[in-house]
Amino acid sequence: MIKSKHLIEIDDVTNDEIYEVLENARTFKEINDRPLKKLPTLRGKTIVNLFLEPSTRTRSSFELAEKRLSADSLNFSASSSATVKGESLLDTAETFDAMKVDMVVARHKYGGYCRILADHMEAKIVNGGDGIHQHPTQTLLDLFTMVERMGTVEGKTIGIIGDIVHSRVAGSLAPALARLGAHPIFIAPPSYLPAVPDALGAEVSYSLDAVLPELDVVYLLRIQGERASGLSVPSLREYTMLYGMDLRRLASVREDALIMHPGPMNRGVEISPEVIADPRAVVLDQVNAGVAVRMAVMYMMLGGEDEAAA
Amino acid sequence: MTETVKATILDAADVQRTLVRIAHEILEAAGGAKDLALVGIVTRGDVLAHKLADIIASIEGAEVPVGTLDISLYRDDIGTKLSPVLMRTEVDFPLEEKTVVLVDDVLYTGRTIRAALDALMDLGRPRCIRLAVLVDRGHRELPIRADFVGKNVPSAYQEKVRVSIRPFDEVDSVEILEAGEGA
Repeated sequence: MIKSKHLIEIDDVTNDEIYEVLENARTFKEINDRPLKKLPTLRGKTIVNLFLEPSTRTRSSFELAEKRLSADSLNFSASSSATVKGESLLDTAETFDAMKVDMVVARHKYGGYCRILADHMEAKIVNGGDGIHQHPTQTLLDLFTMVERMGTVEGKTIGIIGDIVHSRVAGSLAPALARLGAHPIFIAPPSYLPAVPDALGAEVSYSLDAVLPELDVVYLLRIQGERASGLSVPSLREYTMLYGMDLRRLASVREDALIMHPGPMNRGVEISPEVIADPRAVVLDQVNAGVAVRMAVMYMMLGGEDEAAA
Repeated sequence: MTETVKATILDAADVQRTLVRIAHEILEAAGGAKDLALVGIVTRGDVLAHKLADIIASIEGAEVPVGTLDISLYRDDIGTKLSPVLMRTEVDFPLEEKTVVLVDDVLYTGRTIRAALDALMDLGRPRCIRLAVLVDRGHRELPIRADFVGKNVPSAYQEKVRVSIRPFDEVDSVEILEAGEGA
C-alpha cells in the first residue's frame, strides 16, 4: 500500500513502501516469466499515458504493465495531443478528469509538470519523468536490480557518473540511496554538477579513475545534448576520455560490481560496446525489472485500503 | 471491540483426525496418488496442503506435489481491499493431466475459491480441480461447494470462525468467536 495519492517525487514513498514495492515486484516478475502474462487485477481502471516528451522504454514499460494488469490504457504523445494546438496544461488536466480516468502517467520536459497536474486533477498522478527534476519509477527499478543482484543497497557505494545536473534519474536515485543507507557519489566535471550537490545526499568526486575501484555500482548517465543548455564540456571526446566507461577502465571495476545505465545509451560516449557486453553490465535486467516494478506501483496505488487495516 | 471464544469446534486431536479422513477421501476419490496434486491457498490453506501431503505420503508411500497460491491479484474487491505484501505463488509442476485438489482453511462466501480457480487456470489446464476445506461455515455468495469437508459449522453472519494451524499458529484448533459486549 502506498499512502501518498501521487508518485511525483521519490520522497512520496517511505523506505518501508519502497521495500514493499520491491517485494511485490518479485511476484510480478515471476508472472512476466509465465506463458500467460495476464492478470485481471486492475480490470475497469483507466490509465492515461501522457508522454509529451519522447520515450521508448518508459512508455512501453508502463503500457505493458497496464495491459498485463488488465487496465484500459490510452496513449497520448506530444504530436498527437491537443497541446500542439495550444491547449493549456490545465485544460488538458480538466479534459482527462471529465473523462473519469483513474491514473495519469505523465512525462514532460518541464520539472513540476506532474505537480501542477496533481493540483488540478482528481486522478492519481505517476511521474514518468519531468524535465530535469525526478523519475521515481526509474529509481524503484534501479533499486530492484541492485537488491536482486547484491542482496541490499545498505553500505554500498554507488557512483553516479555523468550529466548529473540535467538528470532526473539522479534527482530521484541519489536521495533514495542516501536514505536507504547507501553511499551515493556524484562523479562528474564541475559543469555537470548541481550547485548544491549535497542537497541530494551525495558526495562529489571529479575523478572517475580515483574512485572506480571502490564502487559497488557504476551507474552511468547519458550525456543529454538535447537539453536547453547544450553540452557543458568542451567536446564529447574530452568527456569520454575523462568519464567514459571503456575497456581500459573496465579493468579497474571490481569483479562483483554492477554496471548500470538507465538508457538510452550513447555507445562510444559514456559507455563503450565492450562494457555493455560485459557480464557485470545489467542494463537489460533494469529494463526487465521496469515492467514488474511498474506493475507493483500501479497495483499498490490503485488497490483499495490496506487489508490488514480494513 | 473484543472477541470471545464461544465454542471450540475442533481441538488439536480432532484436526489431525479430520485431516487423516480428508486424505483418505481424496485418495479414494482419485483412485490413488497418481496424477494427484495439492495446491494450498496462502496462508493457512498452504500449511494444510503440506500436512495433507505428509499424511498421503504415509498412507500411500507416494510423494504428491504441493503448490502455493496467492489469490490477491485475482480478487474481485481489489478496489476496496488490498493485500499489502503479495505472497509467493509457487506451482512448480505442470498442471496438465493432473487432478488438482485446492486446499483452504475456511469456505465462506466462495469468492476466494472463485479467484483461486481463475489463478489456477492461468497457470495451466488441469484435468480436474477439486476443493478440500477444513471448515465450511456456510453463507455462500457464489454457486461453489467443497468436495471434501472437514467439518460443517453452521455459523451466524456476525460470528467469526478462527482456524489455527501449526506451525503458522501456536496450536491446531477451530473456534467460533463472538463479538464481545461493549469495548
